[in-house]
Amino acid sequence: MIPEIGHLALILALAMALAQGLFPLIGAHRGIPSWVAMAKPAAQAHLLFMLVAYGCLTYAFLVHDFSVAYVAHNSNTQLPTLYLISGVWGAHEGSLLFWALTLALWTGAVTFFSRSVPQVMVARVVGVMGLVSVGFLLFMLLTSNPFDRLFNPPAEGRDLNPLLQDPGLAIHPPMLYMGYVGFSVAFAFAIAAMLGGRLDAAWARWSRPWTSVAWVFLTLGIVLGSWWAYYELGWGGWWFWDPVENASFMPWIVGTALMHSLAVTEKRGAFKAWTVLLAIFAFSLSLLGTFLVRSGVLTSVHAFATDPARGVFILLFLGVVVGGSLLLYSWRAAQIKSSVKFQLVSRETGLLLNNVILVVTACSVLLGTLYPLMIDALGGGKISVGPPYFNSVFIPLTVPLALLVGVGALLRWKSDDAAALAVRLLPHLLISVVAGFGLPLIFAPSFSWGAVLGVFLATWVLFTTLQWLRERAGAGRGLWQALRSTPRGGWGMVFGHLGIAVFVLGVALTSIYSTEKDLRLEPGENYSLGGYDFLFEGVDVTQGPNFTANRGRVVISRDGAHVATLHPEKRVYAVQRMPMTEAGIDAGLFRDLFVALGEPLGEEGAWAVRIYHKPFVRWIWLGGLFMSLGGLLAASDRRYFKLARKARLTADQAAAGATA
Amino acid sequence: MRRFWLPLLLAVSFAAQGAIEAYRFDDPEKEARYKVLIDELRCLVCQNQNLADSNAELAQDMRRKTYEMVQQGASNEEVVTFMVSRYGDFVLYRPPLRSSTALLWVGPFIIFAIGVGVLISFIRKRGRERAPELSPEQIARAEQLLNQGKDRDQ
Amino acid sequence: MKARFLIPLGIFLVVVVFLAIGLTKDPRDVPSVLINEKAPEFVLPDLLDPEKQVRSADMRGRVWLLNVWGTWCPECWREHDFLKYLAKSEGVAIIGIDWRDERGEALAFLRNKGNPFLAVGFDPDSQAIMDWGVYGAPETFLIDKKGFIRWKHTGAITSQLWREELKALMQRLEAES
Repeated sequence: MIPEIGHLALILALAMALAQGLFPLIGAHRGIPSWVAMAKPAAQAHLLFMLVAYGCLTYAFLVHDFSVAYVAHNSNTQLPTLYLISGVWGAHEGSLLFWALTLALWTGAVTFFSRSVPQVMVARVVGVMGLVSVGFLLFMLLTSNPFDRLFNPPAEGRDLNPLLQDPGLAIHPPMLYMGYVGFSVAFAFAIAAMLGGRLDAAWARWSRPWTSVAWVFLTLGIVLGSWWAYYELGWGGWWFWDPVENASFMPWIVGTALMHSLAVTEKRGAFKAWTVLLAIFAFSLSLLGTFLVRSGVLTSVHAFATDPARGVFILLFLGVVVGGSLLLYSWRAAQIKSSVKFQLVSRETGLLLNNVILVVTACSVLLGTLYPLMIDALGGGKISVGPPYFNSVFIPLTVPLALLVGVGALLRWKSDDAAALAVRLLPHLLISVVAGFGLPLIFAPSFSWGAVLGVFLATWVLFTTLQWLRERAGAGRGLWQALRSTPRGGWGMVFGHLGIAVFVLGVALTSIYSTEKDLRLEPGENYSLGGYDFLFEGVDVTQGPNFTANRGRVVISRDGAHVATLHPEKRVYAVQRMPMTEAGIDAGLFRDLFVALGEPLGEEGAWAVRIYHKPFVRWIWLGGLFMSLGGLLAASDRRYFKLARKARLTADQAAAGATA
Repeated sequence: MRRFWLPLLLAVSFAAQGAIEAYRFDDPEKEARYKVLIDELRCLVCQNQNLADSNAELAQDMRRKTYEMVQQGASNEEVVTFMVSRYGDFVLYRPPLRSSTALLWVGPFIIFAIGVGVLISFIRKRGRERAPELSPEQIARAEQLLNQGKDRDQ
Repeated sequence: MKARFLIPLGIFLVVVVFLAIGLTKDPRDVPSVLINEKAPEFVLPDLLDPEKQVRSADMRGRVWLLNVWGTWCPECWREHDFLKYLAKSEGVAIIGIDWRDERGEALAFLRNKGNPFLAVGFDPDSQAIMDWGVYGAPETFLIDKKGFIRWKHTGAITSQLWREELKALMQRLEAES
């Protein structure tokens, strides 16, 4: 019964999404106020039905209703409650439901928080998002219904993929989806602005906070995914350039470019056509990611079980949404007249350069991801494009980005004096060069040009970014006063850019100075790596809720002093019989010690063990967290709330005037 | 549509064996090369994993072969040639530069050149154009007035 | 409408065409690079009699199939009856390689289900298999009289495949000198 209610709610949500898509758009076009007014109630009803549908599927998981095929395939009575809840988005159908719910949530949020935006504009935005929802709901109902029943329900479910039974992975997909889908708001604002024919700075101001929030979610999602892969897959890697990882990374890069471009469009009214294009791209790449993950055109560790019919549907949908948007763009963008003037040395140029580099990076990742598919389609055979390719393309492109990141913010709008800028930057350049050579020479076990470059870039970003804060203090204000008067948006920029410094340092030092060793260790045997002694004390068997584990014990010491005792595990889950490694990790700000258990070797209790010493690996994720914090600060800048409050006051006064 | 699903039709023997093998090398330089090789060679039967990360038996076989060859003094090129002559270019995560992959390797730099080219011509044009003599504050004020007008229309 | 604003749409359409073609292809089906190459030689102990050896060289001058199988592979069980039909009724010469298997289990398998093979090489440690670029089982190669690989199939051999593809090809190869 409950699954049928869920199914019905999905169908009703589709009806609401249709109403939400059609009436406001037609109403806005023809000038019918009552149709325009339908946007908000329809969107909110749509959200309500999605919540009901989602609640029904969650309920089916919690009560182990194995007559629902999706529940039977992805859960088990032994499964802990946390994973029953996260299992809802653990496979294709449920994650699609989650996607659609997220879209409804974002739309609902737009209807609640857009009082400062003209009603017609909101109606168009909500309408565009409604049409996107229609596509996803149709996709779900026609090819991937999560509420499909089984005629002969099994007594026991097949369990959730053990890889997904982890707290990190339980929250990684929701974050990622909030980010992906969040870009639909900026997309909808762009389309709405084009439909309305008003491609001015206003739409940029309205969509800025939305874009920042979506970007924060996507950043956190990617960071969580990377962190999860690091400790769960057992191989100490944090990024694999897998097609599906690239599918989340491309919208992130373009989203980053979009945030910067929106700033120029809002503040200076420049790059209007370009900003609209980026907003379309960011969401298109999210849709492309959905296609890549769910159609089976590429092999990936993360791909869902696939079915060509699904691929055909998403491709058609992608074609309609993106093709339609770009067609509209080619028509409207040609009408934009921009009369903003700026010189070669100016903040505009800096931001444009940032955009060029980011977009080129995204295009390169896209090229590498799709290249095997293109060569195969042209009959050129099978090739693989993997990490060696992406690293050798990505690193040369990010170096100029890191060089520019702090400098761009120091430039003045319209035009700046190159010679004066050079004088302002010279001390920082000197400090960075000294740090770049000095720190690795003093602290690192061996010299490496990569480390010099990494430390130089990180120092450079750090000091040029701090210079921005210092110069705020220069203009007749004290430092403390300047810091206090810096708006949240400014702090967002500072933290975002500092995040890059932290990230660059982490990536450089981890990839250069990590050491690892695969060993055969007998109980009582010792191995030393990176200055630490790893003493293997043997393995015993423990029992988890739905798995059996071999649990190793490794005592780590340094110069005789105890550092940590790690318990790497090798688990076998009862239902799917899949062996899983749970690494033992001693995390630290400056280094991680990582032990993974392999297989028993021989009779004396010996095991194959892999140990790592990974300096600065945490800084990679720490950098991501800094960037997210920056995004949050930027999104919460007071002026957005001021705008909203002012609009509310005006509306209240108007209402008061009408009743009086 | 003719599709052919290897996971269903072709049994790939995944054994419950870990990928950790305590190979002993007589030379740290060989061990380092072995690590690089198994990082850059692809396990054919896996979803998308290199030899180092894979548990599949085929990956174990290929790792063992790599180890044997490296230990016997084979160069990286010899190992790669050995693998490619049996499994094709698919086995390489670093695609070799051929006419069919030229676009892949040169593409990013072409795109970069185009991007910078467009940027420069755009800025040149911007520098020359006459702008209306308004300050940003004035433009913002004008926009605000326009927006307020629009708001009142509804 | 200025043409440059159509560029993004153009690029997007090209990508869509590639994605559409990609949908009709299987990314995991890796074609063998050994087609029309000289078949790698192998010498393996005989599964049925470890004292004897199975050599690819002994097949010189014949058109024959090399079938890679193992009792751990469900598809091999499925194709086994058809292999027996090919050997008995169509007179096809099939050499088997029993891969990554237990000798006892493989012998029991052949005893219970019948043996379509002229000879079976036993390769538990992938000694010969790697030279043939085999990545799963079953895989079947067709070798001509001069010892060149002319055709390869990944997955089970079916009667449809035989009728539509393999039979005619084998007849043509038989006619070659």
